[in-house]
Amino acid sequence: MPAHQTALRRVLPVLSLAACVALWHVASSRHLHLGLVTFQNVPQPLEVVDAAWALLQSPKLQNHLASSLGRVAFGFLIAALVGVALGLAIGRFRWVRETLMPPLEVARPIPAVAWIPLSILMFPSSEGSMIFITFVGALFPILLNTIHGVHGVDPRLVASARSLGTGRWGIFSQVILPAAAPSVLTGLSIGMGTCWFCLVTAEMISGQYGIGYYTWESYTVQNYANIIVGMLLIGLLGMGSSALLHRIGHALMPWYRPGGRA
Amino acid sequence: MNAVLELSRLAPAEPTTGRLDIDRVSIELGAGAARFTALQDVSVAIRPGEFVCLLGPSGCGKSTLLGALAGHLVPSRGQLLLDGQPIGGPAPERGLVFQHHTLFPWLSVLDNVAYGLRMRGVGRAQRREQAMAWLSEVGLEGFEHHYPAALSGGMQQRVEIARVLINEPRVLLMDEPFGALDALTRLKMQELLLALWARRRMSVVFVTHDIDEALFMADRILVMSARPGRVVEEIVVPAGRPRTADWLTGPAFAACKRHCLALLRDPDLTVPLERLSPLTQPAPADADAAAVYPD
Repeated sequence: MPAHQTALRRVLPVLSLAACVALWHVASSRHLHLGLVTFQNVPQPLEVVDAAWALLQSPKLQNHLASSLGRVAFGFLIAALVGVALGLAIGRFRWVRETLMPPLEVARPIPAVAWIPLSILMFPSSEGSMIFITFVGALFPILLNTIHGVHGVDPRLVASARSLGTGRWGIFSQVILPAAAPSVLTGLSIGMGTCWFCLVTAEMISGQYGIGYYTWESYTVQNYANIIVGMLLIGLLGMGSSALLHRIGHALMPWYRPGGRA
Repeated sequence: MNAVLELSRLAPAEPTTGRLDIDRVSIELGAGAARFTALQDVSVAIRPGEFVCLLGPSGCGKSTLLGALAGHLVPSRGQLLLDGQPIGGPAPERGLVFQHHTLFPWLSVLDNVAYGLRMRGVGRAQRREQAMAWLSEVGLEGFEHHYPAALSGGMQQRVEIARVLINEPRVLLMDEPFGALDALTRLKMQELLLALWARRRMSVVFVTHDIDEALFMADRILVMSARPGRVVEEIVVPAGRPRTADWLTGPAFAACKRHCLALLRDPDLTVPLERLSPLTQPAPADADAAAVYPD
């Protein structure tokens, strides 16, 4: 590829982000009013930078980050374990599918915010109910993608493995799991996104710390610049953790190259 | 004494294992209204070390019979014996090769070949050593660290054959193994398989719809007809080993081929094939098998 094209591809994402910020600046500084949507009360980028700087200086930032990362990590890990295990069983055994799918299908469309009252009632500690909300958010993408991955396993691969002397358990560990792994990775990646997605909802319960709590609290005290700082922070953390997950996944699956051959 | 030993090394002793008895076997596939007889009352005895081709149009039940010998399908009637013992489930003693390779994409070529040994609990160093020996036997030295996706179709089938033969099967079951290869590659693979077979002398049941291939490879050809699948004729190939270009271009070959063509062209034998709808899958227990052997 020519050098100038490579350079362009490097610069393009930066330009795109800069253009978004520039549009935001123009719209909010001129108090643009477009009929259906108005920028009259939207804080300007510079105010948000100031608010972000203030948060960076604040001793609370560490607590906010630690609380949120801990909750997301816990909720996600449990969702990954439960989702992959259930997904393998549901995908492979018809009786498990017929037993477990009806309640799961009912639970799936319920939004995380609707779980708040019940989770407060069910979990004695608010920490437990917050982890539960992030768990609910991550569970279904992981579960459904794992099931999809198991269904996609070539039955000839299973037949061959059995002819080569693979036992019942071996079919799971040596064939089904690695064959479904790319699909599981997709599920984990989407699940990580929805985990962060549910963080504000979860941390509405929190009384003190968390990025989601910070965002929600800023809304209740009408500190609009801080809301945007919280939103951007969640976006960045979500993006970072998804990228990390992809790195780990591809390091574990060197044979798998989506859209190309290994 | 030494001379006798030398002789026995030159000409391998007649194999004593790998006898297959297919005794009045019928197989029904599908569920409910879609249930049909894929194979009807087939009886065949295969000698130890014999190379048998099942030749017939699609839907004649040749893959079904192979699937039953592999232990993936259970006969509705009749019995299958290997060396006098009833055939239960799938086992490494009956190696199975499909038309398209079923190598594990996540394992290197070496680990794919060594897979059967790992399932048997053979140690790492010994697995590696044996797998390397097999790779050189099928002409794939230097490719041990590649992933299957990086190989050509012919090379993938070479790996597949090595992966099956490392288990020292008494019977090798092959379902149109070279059907997806180009003509030149196919010829090379046929020669490779015959060379491996001449050294190991396992019994081979080889499914094909290619008359030339059957005549080149087999000791005996079983011509099958469709719906219900049954054996309509048995042809003992009148040629010695090793097979040469003389045989392939001679009048005896042409006569055999003409005879096979006439059998396969018989309008009664080529009933149009109604494929099983994927919506009417049979019972869950053999869902895998049904997906592998649709006819």
